[in-house]
Amino acid sequence: MELIVSLAIGVMAGAGIWLVLRPRTFQVLIGLSLLSYAVNLFIFSVGSLSIDEEPIVRAGQVANLTNYTDPLPQSLVLTAIVIGFATTALFLVVLLALRGLSGGDHVDGQEERR
Amino acid sequence: MNLTHHLIVAPVLLPLATAALMLMFGEGRRGLKAVVNTLSTTTGLCIAIALLLRVQAGGPEAFGIYLPGNWPVPYGIVLVADRLSALMAVLAGAVGLAGLLYALARWQHAGVYFHVLFQLQLMGLYGAFLTADLFNLFVFFEVLLAASYGLLLHGGGAARVKTGLHYIAINLMASLLFLIGVAVLYGVTGTLNMADMAQKLSLVPASDRGLLHAGAAILAIAFLAKAALWPLNFWLPPAYAAASTPAAAVFAILTKVGFYAILRLWTLCFPESAGDSAGFGGEALIWGGLATLTFGAVGMLASQQLARLAGYSVIASSGTLIAAIGFDTPLLSGGALFYLASSTLAGCALFLLVELLERAREVEADPPEMDDGNYALPAFFDAEPPAGTNLDDDEEALIGRAIPAALAFLGVAFIICTMVIAGLPPLSGFVGKLAMLGTLIDIGTAPAWTLFALLIVAGLFAVTALMRVGIRHFWTTQDRPAPRLRVVETLPIAGLLLALIAMVWQADAVLRYTRATAESLHTPTQYIDAVMGTWPVPNPVAASGAAP
Repeated sequence: MELIVSLAIGVMAGAGIWLVLRPRTFQVLIGLSLLSYAVNLFIFSVGSLSIDEEPIVRAGQVANLTNYTDPLPQSLVLTAIVIGFATTALFLVVLLALRGLSGGDHVDGQEERR
Repeated sequence: MNLTHHLIVAPVLLPLATAALMLMFGEGRRGLKAVVNTLSTTTGLCIAIALLLRVQAGGPEAFGIYLPGNWPVPYGIVLVADRLSALMAVLAGAVGLAGLLYALARWQHAGVYFHVLFQLQLMGLYGAFLTADLFNLFVFFEVLLAASYGLLLHGGGAARVKTGLHYIAINLMASLLFLIGVAVLYGVTGTLNMADMAQKLSLVPASDRGLLHAGAAILAIAFLAKAALWPLNFWLPPAYAAASTPAAAVFAILTKVGFYAILRLWTLCFPESAGDSAGFGGEALIWGGLATLTFGAVGMLASQQLARLAGYSVIASSGTLIAAIGFDTPLLSGGALFYLASSTLAGCALFLLVELLERAREVEADPPEMDDGNYALPAFFDAEPPAGTNLDDDEEALIGRAIPAALAFLGVAFIICTMVIAGLPPLSGFVGKLAMLGTLIDIGTAPAWTLFALLIVAGLFAVTALMRVGIRHFWTTQDRPAPRLRVVETLPIAGLLLALIAMVWQADAVLRYTRATAESLHTPTQYIDAVMGTWPVPNPVAASGAAP
């Protein structure tokens, strides 16, 4: 399972970085979104990956990481998702504003001179 | 736990409450908002000063520790007001008040939610300086960044939107790196409390050291991008030059937030006593800082616009600070903190002066063209058109009440700023630089001598660049009417300059404070013991035995 999760994170992060380096604003936006998904999954995975284990303590079971999954990364990832979502939405607004002001979708507001 | 103890959380709650209150005023009522905002910002500054006086007294009061949720220490969020936090909070309050007063003249009319964004910016700044929890630091960073996105776009226009897009994209990337760094550090140490983390670092097994160092380095890159370390700082000059004047003035402290985070975490986690990790990354900080200082100094010489020059001066001071703390020497850090205070205030004043000086030029009958020999020096690489952007739709406000000797005021203010930024005697920039230079001679290694030389050369570059601008603005034009300034615009500049002069007047006391700050930073056990030794307030009902 570690392999699948790390491959997923790696592919998303790689695609995200490639898109962020592209010259179109929309590509940058999608790249940032992909990167933030990758980072969110990464945070989730640092709390040790486990199947069928809850973060809530049950009676009669010792509270350690072999019996439970770590709840803290899950709460961190929730916060990170919310913040990432809000800032990406803001980026989208600025993207549209730039498009309206410059008439193009190049990140510098004008096409490169050739 | 008395009432004054709650002062520690007040700088965060006050701006939050003010912002929420002002949202309820709706889109109008600018006058009322201005009054509320000014009152709140002034109160915030007073609270910060009260905190500073409290921690300055020393003893057990030197670390004001506050548990907002009253949870036992490593589990809940902790706020800590120590000497460094209090100093940074006072600077943030001062810069904020100056920017706000300036904005009252006319910039507050350029957008609807200026006052709300302004208060949220202050909340993020105070929170970032006070928190002692790594993830909470991330949250406050996001608060201050989100507000700064809004403030950067304040006033609108293509230039602001373009640089705003770059600024947001870069800061989103830096925030993602921040999250990766925090996650790795949590994975290695199992805690997010800074003091607890520092304590547990020595227990990290050798097999996890590599992971720990990678996490710390990724986190540092996120902070250094915000502190404008070369080569992560190309976004800064255009963004700060395009920002509206009050926003740019407040941004003078934003790079210092990144520096603060580096200083706090690096001295806490990697002191000499940290075994295998002692001083991890110190070399990188020194050489990165030296490169940044060089870049900033050369950029100042190459700038055609005063606003860009001010941006490069921010980069140069950031480079000086990062290089200075890399040596891990308390005396040097003490001097650097003095320099930090003086360069933040001077940078803020310079950003405020930019618009007034440009306005003084615009009073002339014909605004100069780019190819006017008087105006444009040969372009090196910085040939953006001069900022006609610093005008909002409210052109009438340009004709305010004329102050006699307005030009004299601008001239004197500009000279004081120049002297502080370049570090000429007898002003505070010189005291800060002298404190660093003296210690650098004692250290005597090759990087120390490099920094020694660069500090002096950068001062020369700064004085050359600023004098060139000064000659262009004050001497080359004749027979022009005096520029028109408003009292409320000159007030913050005068206040900042008086604060700079007061810093020289009380240089001994300020230096003693910054040196004590550096001493306590370089003995992190004080901080760790103070935080880890704090217990939640017992439930008064349960304590009296009346609980069910």
